[in-house]
Amino acid sequence: MNEDGHWLTLLGRLDLHAFPLVRAWEDPTVSELIGAFAGALVVVGAVGLVALLTWKRWWRPLFRDWLTSLDHKKIGIMYVVLAGVMLSRALVEAVLMRAQQSLAVDAPGIVAPEHFAQLFSTHGTIMIFFMAMPFLTGLINYVVPLQIGARDVAFPLLNSISLMLTAGGAGLVMLSLAVGEFSTGGWSGYPPYTGKAFQPGVGPDYWIWAVTLASLGTTLSGINIAATIYKKRCPGLHLTRMPLFCWTSLCTAILMIFATPPLTVATALLALDRYLDFHFFTNDLGGNMMNYVNLFWLFGHPEVYILILPAFGVFSEVISAFSSKELYGYKSLAAATMAIGVLSFTVWLHHFFTMGQSASVNAAFGIATMTISIPTGVKIYNWIWTMFRGEVRFTAPMLFALAFIVTFVLGGLTGIMLAIPPIDYVVHNTVFLVAHFHNMLIPGLLYGMIAGYMYWFPKAFGFRLSEVWGKVAFACWVSGFYLAFMPLYVLGLGGMARRSQALFEPDYRPWLIVAACGAVLLLSGLVSLFVQLFVSVRDRDANRVPVGDPWDARGLEWSVAAPPPEYNFATIPRVDRLDPFYWRKERGEAYRTPSRYEDIVMPKESWVGPLVGLAAAACAFGLVWHIGWLSLVGFLGIWIPVVARSFVRDIHRTIPAAEVEAAERLWLERAHRVRPVPRERETEPANLGLARPFPSEVTA
Amino acid sequence: MLEAAPAPAPTLATARRGRALRRLAPWLGVVALLPLGGCGVLDHGMLGAAGPVADQTRSLFLLVCAILIFVAAPVLLLTPIFAWHYRLSNTKSAYRPQWGFNWPLEGLIWIPPTIIVIVLAVFLWRDTHALDPYKPLASPLPPVEVQAVALDWKWLFIYPDEGVASVDELAFPADRPVRLTLTSDTVMQSFFVPRLAGQIYAMAGMTTQLNLAADAPGRFRGENTQFNGVGFQNQKFAVLAQSNDDHAAWIARARAGGRTLDPAAYATLAARSVQPEPILFGSVAPDLFRSILTRNDPGLHAAHGHHAHE
Amino acid sequence: MIAPAQGPQLRHVGLNLLDSDEMEPGEAATGLYGFWLFLMSDAILFALLFAIYGTQVAATAGAPGPQETLKLGPTFIETLILLTSSLTFGLAAIALKYDKGRRGLVLWLCVTLALGIAFLGFELSDLRTMISDGATPNRSGFLSAFFALVPTHGLHVAAGCLWIGVMLTQIAVFGTDARVKLNLLKLGLFWHLLDIVWIAIFSVVYLQGASA
Repeated sequence: MNEDGHWLTLLGRLDLHAFPLVRAWEDPTVSELIGAFAGALVVVGAVGLVALLTWKRWWRPLFRDWLTSLDHKKIGIMYVVLAGVMLSRALVEAVLMRAQQSLAVDAPGIVAPEHFAQLFSTHGTIMIFFMAMPFLTGLINYVVPLQIGARDVAFPLLNSISLMLTAGGAGLVMLSLAVGEFSTGGWSGYPPYTGKAFQPGVGPDYWIWAVTLASLGTTLSGINIAATIYKKRCPGLHLTRMPLFCWTSLCTAILMIFATPPLTVATALLALDRYLDFHFFTNDLGGNMMNYVNLFWLFGHPEVYILILPAFGVFSEVISAFSSKELYGYKSLAAATMAIGVLSFTVWLHHFFTMGQSASVNAAFGIATMTISIPTGVKIYNWIWTMFRGEVRFTAPMLFALAFIVTFVLGGLTGIMLAIPPIDYVVHNTVFLVAHFHNMLIPGLLYGMIAGYMYWFPKAFGFRLSEVWGKVAFACWVSGFYLAFMPLYVLGLGGMARRSQALFEPDYRPWLIVAACGAVLLLSGLVSLFVQLFVSVRDRDANRVPVGDPWDARGLEWSVAAPPPEYNFATIPRVDRLDPFYWRKERGEAYRTPSRYEDIVMPKESWVGPLVGLAAAACAFGLVWHIGWLSLVGFLGIWIPVVARSFVRDIHRTIPAAEVEAAERLWLERAHRVRPVPRERETEPANLGLARPFPSEVTA
Repeated sequence: MLEAAPAPAPTLATARRGRALRRLAPWLGVVALLPLGGCGVLDHGMLGAAGPVADQTRSLFLLVCAILIFVAAPVLLLTPIFAWHYRLSNTKSAYRPQWGFNWPLEGLIWIPPTIIVIVLAVFLWRDTHALDPYKPLASPLPPVEVQAVALDWKWLFIYPDEGVASVDELAFPADRPVRLTLTSDTVMQSFFVPRLAGQIYAMAGMTTQLNLAADAPGRFRGENTQFNGVGFQNQKFAVLAQSNDDHAAWIARARAGGRTLDPAAYATLAARSVQPEPILFGSVAPDLFRSILTRNDPGLHAAHGHHAHE
Repeated sequence: MIAPAQGPQLRHVGLNLLDSDEMEPGEAATGLYGFWLFLMSDAILFALLFAIYGTQVAATAGAPGPQETLKLGPTFIETLILLTSSLTFGLAAIALKYDKGRRGLVLWLCVTLALGIAFLGFELSDLRTMISDGATPNRSGFLSAFFALVPTHGLHVAAGCLWIGVMLTQIAVFGTDARVKLNLLKLGLFWHLLDIVWIAIFSVVYLQGASA
């Protein structure tokens, strides 16, 4: 073997030009410099993080307390942190794209076409797979076991593996900034454009493997969540007594189980096309790209509801809590959720009405699509009627919920327009479509996730978030949304194609400038969230809510301390109706000392999750760059820890009853000592997490 | 609504925020007024319809908008009214925390949306068939047959009846409809002339069809809306609805140019590149379209109904 | 003698091990339920590969088609082998439930493993013949679909064989403790699903292909 051969074995296709810094050195255009800056940022960020961890001696606690932890609460928090990091990157990319479009009307702008295509591809891929999915999985992870009176999820180790696979995929997307390039095929990666004939580089491979890791993680999460909800509910908590967030989580989990395999199949077959010359989606030798499109949207449409349903659950909780009222039409809400879940599998074709099917096929799928708006509309009215005869408080999460209702309905209207094939023909693939799905996902997903984050934050960390900065964030996210996306509806009706790096219609310019301003406001919204977090951590001692019920809420999660102990419940609760904690408070049965305590068995921490995630990412990186040995090592690295773990029998840790009792007693004493806070003062330091009971009824 | 929230201990921060907002207000105003300078934007799309298909689509769009007002209005009204009326600080409002269901109300929530969807479904069924892109347009004159080939990053139009071809320029007499048969010799693309008709995908090895027409002579912008690489944003083409004389002159000009679209010329054309100017070809190799199609034939697929494959 | 002595009823969806099951019933129930969910998700994967195969079976693009490439004879033997292996796994499960010692269990697991390996051997030789006859997946949509569907099943069988190997080792190390039993129940479900998938492959791919 000659010199070159050795390098090929060792490094595959990796060479100096894979590094954006080198590319920028050779060709210092603004576009390349932006790429180099982003790549450098990843490297500097990683080095900085390593330095910080070393300097603060945080390595051990990081691994011992977090990365190897199987506690569903910590895994949930790690998911949300991952989502926050990825959101920051993808939102900056959004601002860059909006800036480019507003500058590039009859002008080159600042970002070259190739770079622009990577921007919209990573933006979409990250926002869906590495922002939205981790965020909602994190919230579900944190909240559902607490809501159903369980001590952990059904499969704690699997939970950790899911997280680490998702993190591995996210790491791969980040790595593509510093090494090589990302796909230019958009978040949906349609072949034949992403096939080897048109994209021989590594970009689509990064996309394929990042998405594959995420989709595997998601399938496993779905199995875990569904099994948790079906099998781990505490005694008396029938399905029809679950909080609505559990219902939407269950529906999301079912969709994850059945809708992610099509994605896995789609990316796997695309990989076979690219790596082994198969002909699934190629133009020649019998390939058929329409199969990909069907597979992708067979996943893609249920995915929309995977994303939106948990937020629906959050809004149900938030609106009910901040109206101090029972959720209106609980059963019809649960039924509507399940109806949406079923219908979501019957509409995928509306993503390609323009592919030339017969009018009857299009019409049938169009009508199926509109049918979904019925249960969705029912949900909207359920939330509105929940406020009816309530005591509404305009806290930040509630404001997000109200903004959601109004904004989401507008998005629903344009959704109905798009469901009508002839109208779809004239706005499909334009920025009208872009405006529509952002109009669904920003209120219907992001507002929900932010509201949930603010609502459950005091539960998770024991102190409230700054209300002022919460409202600043709200103002930015809402005004930013309208400024950024309403112009896109207009531009879309004006025939502006999506994913355009440059434009040639001067009439577009003013609208694009407004949209760019909106994008900046959205970024300010994100910055406000970070400021809010910083300020709240700084002032945490003034905002503690140790008793654990800062919002006078209704579910079991509020019946324990904030933050909850590792085992969640000192004694497994028994439930006899919906809103168990509300009724306990109503009957004066809350904060009672249990008659006896028992030893609690909890899972020990495990290295399997992080090892599997790291090995999967290494395997994927090897595949991207055709580094055979690395892929093999990575592949073995995935399975060896899993098999080895099955030989470990010492996987549990027992927390003695005395320890549980001591902690519980401390908390109960406090609950009996502190002053209950009325709703008028719930956002003040006086709120220690004990709610003053409301009168049960007031007549006007 | 912001004022209604329980004041979180009035601090310097709140006052500072107020001042910052006041300072920002004029700028926000300017930003909000900016679009007024771009009102013409809607004329570039279906709302500026210049042909029967776009015109009917516009009518459908406006009808749907009108119906949707009934969907949006109750929500947009009730949400702020309820939220405000039942706010905590309003001591005059009723409070029934244990009220959560009512059958008549349930009927009101489920039935009207269902009726609206049924009404919309009727229009949807009717107009999806009426505006089927495959449906020939009513006209006393026969349609102009055009074979369109999507290339990177240009469109090739072959006029089999006249034996001419053009690149990035689709010309036809304004008093006749056009029947396009589309395929792609590269990745999937989407053919779209916003002011005349809706779009349709062009895919390799398969044909799709689109019928369009213009009301009067004019020049319109056509585009590919499906991203297909670095030249995507430049892939626009001119659509010329011409008077009969102008069209005859256009064909004469194509023939006079003397360029022949033979396999060699096609190979050059098909290479990935942005086409700066339209090109006209005076003659075309026979069966060029069919040869492009069969080169990429994916086999006998019947997966997509009766249309996708000829 | 009746209800109180038996303790909580086992509710799980695998083979009911009753008194011999010292694992907390809830844990076994949850574990098997989760594994069922995984199998359903896996079944979707196969369903989609079948669908793709269905759309591409005619896309032979001049390369050898189903009639020329698919041989009924060897696959019929493969079918018999795999079906028998399901029977022997069933016998292993019965041994797990009723036998005091582990000899029966280990014996039947070994027989199952041997049959699984024999199946893989036959299948590999089939595929090798196809490839040497020039029926490679890079030649047509049909062959691509075939080489995605059938080897995916084969990979599952290979994973199942490795799993049996791991379980035999665990039986040697731990005997039949609660976790070994639970894993054997899961492995059984997995093995039987592969049988069902193979029957679908045999009917859809081989019987139809050879008779077309």
